[in-house]
Amino acid sequence: MSNSSTSDLLKPFKLKTKQQELLIRVSILCLVYILAFITRLFSVLRYESMIHEFDPYFNYRTTLYLTQHGFYDFWNWFDYESWYPLGRIVGGTLYPGLMVTAALIYRLLHFLRFAVHIREVCVLTAPFFASNTTLVAYFFGKEIWDSGAGLVAAILIAVCPGYISRSVAGSYDNEGVAIFALLFTFYLFVKAVNTGSLAWGLASAFGYFYMVSAWGGYVFIINLIPLYVLVLLITGRYSMRLYVAYNCMYILGMLLAMQIRFVGFQHVQSGEHMAAMGVFFLMQVFYFLDWVKHMLSDTKLFQEFLRITVTCAIAAGGIALGVGMASGYISPWTGRFYSLLDPTYAKDHIPIIASVSEHQPTAWSSFMFDFHILLFLFPAGLYFCFKRLSDATIFIVMYGLTSMYFAGVMVRLILVATPAVCLISAIAVSATVKNLTVLLRSKNKVAQIGSTKGTSSAKASSKASLDQSQPFQKNGAMALLFGAFYLLSRYATHCTWVTSEAYSSPSIVLAARGAHGNRVIFDDYREAYFWLWQNTPPDAKVMSWWDYGYQITAMGNRTVIVDNNTWNNTHIATVGRAMSSYEDEAYEIIRSLDVDYVLVVFGGVTGYSSDDINKFLWMVRIGGGVFPVIKEPDYLVNGEYRIDKGAAPKMLNCLMYKLSYYRFGEMMTEYGKPPGYDRARGVEIGNKNIKLEHLEEAFTTSNWIVRIYKVKPPNNRW
Amino acid sequence: MESFRFCFLMLTIAILASPALSDLVLSKVDRRRPYVLQIYLTSHIVRISSTVKVENAGPEKESLVLLAFPEQQAKNMAYLMAAPHEGKGKVKNPVVALPVKAANPKDMPAALTFYSVSLPQGLAEGDSFTFDVLAVFTHALRPIPEQITQADIQLVLYQDSAHYLSPYAVKVQSLSVKLPDSRIESYTKLENTKIHGSEIKYGPYENLPSFSYSPIAVHFESNLPFAVAQELVREIEISHWGNVQVTEHYKLIHGGAQSKGEFSRLDFLARPIVRGASAFRYLVANLPPRAHSVYYRDEIGNISTSHLRGDSKKTELLIEPRYPMFGGWRTAFTIGYGLPLQDFLYESDGKRFLNITFSSPMVELVIDALIVKVVLPEGSSDISVAAPFPVEQWQETKISHLDIDGRPVVVLKKTNVVPEHNQFFQVYYHFSQLSMLREPLMLISGFFFFFVACIVYMHADISISKSSASYLAKRQWEEVQAVVQQVQNIISRCLTIHDNLEASLRDLSRTGNIQACKAARKAADGLLKELSKELKPLLTFLQSSPSAAQVEELVAKERELQEKVMVKHSTVVDGYEKKLGARDIENRVALQQQKLTALRQEVDDLLEFIDEI
Repeated sequence: MSNSSTSDLLKPFKLKTKQQELLIRVSILCLVYILAFITRLFSVLRYESMIHEFDPYFNYRTTLYLTQHGFYDFWNWFDYESWYPLGRIVGGTLYPGLMVTAALIYRLLHFLRFAVHIREVCVLTAPFFASNTTLVAYFFGKEIWDSGAGLVAAILIAVCPGYISRSVAGSYDNEGVAIFALLFTFYLFVKAVNTGSLAWGLASAFGYFYMVSAWGGYVFIINLIPLYVLVLLITGRYSMRLYVAYNCMYILGMLLAMQIRFVGFQHVQSGEHMAAMGVFFLMQVFYFLDWVKHMLSDTKLFQEFLRITVTCAIAAGGIALGVGMASGYISPWTGRFYSLLDPTYAKDHIPIIASVSEHQPTAWSSFMFDFHILLFLFPAGLYFCFKRLSDATIFIVMYGLTSMYFAGVMVRLILVATPAVCLISAIAVSATVKNLTVLLRSKNKVAQIGSTKGTSSAKASSKASLDQSQPFQKNGAMALLFGAFYLLSRYATHCTWVTSEAYSSPSIVLAARGAHGNRVIFDDYREAYFWLWQNTPPDAKVMSWWDYGYQITAMGNRTVIVDNNTWNNTHIATVGRAMSSYEDEAYEIIRSLDVDYVLVVFGGVTGYSSDDINKFLWMVRIGGGVFPVIKEPDYLVNGEYRIDKGAAPKMLNCLMYKLSYYRFGEMMTEYGKPPGYDRARGVEIGNKNIKLEHLEEAFTTSNWIVRIYKVKPPNNRW
Repeated sequence: MESFRFCFLMLTIAILASPALSDLVLSKVDRRRPYVLQIYLTSHIVRISSTVKVENAGPEKESLVLLAFPEQQAKNMAYLMAAPHEGKGKVKNPVVALPVKAANPKDMPAALTFYSVSLPQGLAEGDSFTFDVLAVFTHALRPIPEQITQADIQLVLYQDSAHYLSPYAVKVQSLSVKLPDSRIESYTKLENTKIHGSEIKYGPYENLPSFSYSPIAVHFESNLPFAVAQELVREIEISHWGNVQVTEHYKLIHGGAQSKGEFSRLDFLARPIVRGASAFRYLVANLPPRAHSVYYRDEIGNISTSHLRGDSKKTELLIEPRYPMFGGWRTAFTIGYGLPLQDFLYESDGKRFLNITFSSPMVELVIDALIVKVVLPEGSSDISVAAPFPVEQWQETKISHLDIDGRPVVVLKKTNVVPEHNQFFQVYYHFSQLSMLREPLMLISGFFFFFVACIVYMHADISISKSSASYLAKRQWEEVQAVVQQVQNIISRCLTIHDNLEASLRDLSRTGNIQACKAARKAADGLLKELSKELKPLLTFLQSSPSAAQVEELVAKERELQEKVMVKHSTVVDGYEKKLGARDIENRVALQQQKLTALRQEVDDLLEFIDEI
């Protein structure tokens, strides 16, 4: 956008227009690169250089382990500190791409003698990769449209909230590098398809390998690319270039992906990866048919041959798939995959997925929040793409449409759609602006010539008369151009605002406005975790809801029963059952799990709403899913979830309620309200006289957000 | 805690008991009372301050005085200092301290540890000398009961002897025990025992024989912070760019009675004084003046509860641990601050030396193990340390930003450190001023080579196969582009010449100077001829290239334009020579002008088109 207009401005220095254009392009890219980085630093400036949220703490802990113990120990790491007493084979159950990347950056910096702390590296990994993504977006845009669209795409993706939400400084999560890897793989593949070059195909295979090592979302690539190839085949765009690109990428990518232990042989064994293999064989059939067609000059004969071959191929493929499925060699689709295709699936079958807020279907407001004007530019971009169909634009259209569907299914998948939306919108912006400026430029020139040759104004106007069918065209173009720039500036403002307000909170440290407008910090989580670390025996086992598992192991350095890697539903259900049972029943479970401390999160004093009482129904559901003794209706009154006097008796006496509200009944939380007034839910609690028999309060943080209870040893029996 | 510690205590006037010597110590100045022994139990660090007057009763000259401490007490002794007595007040860091050494005299009971104080000059018979002794002990208070609940008050027991334990006979002696509070659970009552508020007084006792011992025990309330740093690592890093960076890693424990049972936040919030009396909530550090960039954090991040106040004399840092510290609770944190270099680094005899305090700036903190690391700039040599007390010492290397072979680190280790150890020590070293430039030069050269590499990359031909078709095509294309660029340049110069001619015509219409106009025409003709000469070889070069057609068209159009301009010029000049009216001339050239404009437009369009190839 600015590229074409600025180069226009600089026309007088005609001497080196090309170099100047290059210079401007490079400077814009550099600025975008820097912008993408610094706009993600709000959280560091507002809070501090720290790791955010839940999963990043696990990633940080493993990275720390990797840098301290080396790669082989990391690969073979059996973690005794989580999933007690089961443990977890960490090396084989994670995507190591992120940790290896951070560790490499760390090593490189130390090799260059920059003695940085590994935490700083981890905190800044996501912004760094976001910057790299802008570069990839530029090249991708250049590949599918032109360099102008590439620049716009780089700018749009640099500040797009949908991407920023997962890549601010401190959100050290797989997605941070995975979006880069995803876009990079796509770019390399499109490049390979466009050039038919084996080198680019190889590069895309390595890009795919990096993506597989970084994030489970690689399944999207391994399904989208075959789908794209299929579409090209159907639309008659089969070419040697496509053949080379896909075969190289698929075969090498598959072999490389098998090197990741967590993925293993899934590429040949899992139902989710079968589409790619099917398309691979289809390609061979196509190639074969092409060859036969070349050899057979008789079209009739060829038609016959075609029918037989295609039928045989499909039949053979179907039988192979059927046998594979029946014999159990090919595993069926997983629940997570189903829940993507059918948004209601998780709700009915996998409560543990449905309980996570980022797995909910996306609301319209989130789309607006994360995409802003891109939401309107997206269809416009699609229009331009259809107008100039090529292999590359077909790809971006398919990527855009499929990812938009997935973004609608799950909030967190907005992230995957963001690059596509940015690229397609960039095409819209770039094409529109280009069209408008072409109009303006042609007229300007006429006017210019007219003025230099004063006598020839009549001639000039006659020249312009070609376009005079549309009056005020120039003004219209100007107005539209200003409108476009206004929209884009609104977008920039919106993005900055969203980044600073919504996406830059570490969620470990909570901030609120005090009564006098001052900023109040609630640092209760770290207070509690650090207390655990310092003041409990090193082998103490802590039971909490799984959300806090990673944080407790990373910040509290203590063994947990369940954590955010929700691989064992039964174990989680056991914890859910303990939390929803009466204290003496729960004590049995707690004893059997060898638990020393129980940790609950409670927001009644501060009004912090994502606490355990609000998550409690999910504990009941997940617990009840495995142990039918826990029945959800027991905790509800007429289908309503209450904690006040009208609450269900089982609710008022279950362990979670007791632990959350222990001695809360004596507490005045708000002026003018009775003691025991829960500010998170706005009611007075129903059971103020809570006595604990088997547990005792060990620690409560200064704002009561985290409460830790010690499990008493069993009573002596005489 | 140690299972038992009894005795200890102080001040005496003694007659040297050893057979050969007979010294004796006299009564003391203060409050007209004889010798005063004061035990300060007002913090968890026990300080025993005594003023001793020695008198030599024997015939021989004496220059050594022995101080005796029971073994259990000696084990806890962190600091011992003797100084000549100078008037009132307790012993402060005096101008000259008397040398104190561990002594091992013969024929003395094995359960005692001895130290000898060297007097400035020997005492002749009948002479006397008065000096102060300050002994500081850690871990000398034993909490009884050992475990308390949140609501309980912490009680501690202190045991010692009411008589001054000494190898000499004591003439007059008294003892006062200062407690933090007047609430005393129990204490040993002997003759002459009095209580004044929070002070217990024993004595005066007169004419005690040598090694007399009278155990006392005081059981009293003490809710003062029992802050014990089990380990403190101080790292002092010198940057000759103007900063001394101090980083202190604390591992802290509340050394008082262990807390047991529930910790109720509700009680603690509602009545912190009653329900949390034994806990401490904050620590105070007195940092040197002009300390800056102070931070306070721990392994998992910044701790936001701290306050910094500063004036010209000191900087006071008040830090709150993440949670209130109850008995037996631990915490670990790091504080760091920068200090201006000129306040701490000096030069003498061509050597630089760092002069900085040894111990932690925390108030009333006991440090079980203190490690001080002084990180000198890379390239320092000839390192030596001067410490006011014995320390363990070794050297390490630390690799920090932009180091090649690491910075030399002087490590000093000392156990059982109390605030009295917070004295200045010096590290001497050689450092050349030029070494300072090493790191900036490294950075500059790093960037320089990076840019050079970029330039080389942009200009060097790094293709592997110089004969491949695509490579040749690329080379050829580049050449063609360069030539096209040249053609463009020439054409645009031609266009400028045309513009000049037009301008000369305008001048003519304004001034009527035909000669000047003709001269301009002549110059233009010459230039154009030259340009067309230049153009020729370029055109022949381009003949085979794909863009030849456009370029040729451009050149042809330009030729045409050139001719038209010339014709117009001639017509106008002609008109002026024939003195035709301006209107007449305009009519003549009107048609040409139209063609000119159209041609010019075409040439411009072509130029732009070629530009975009």
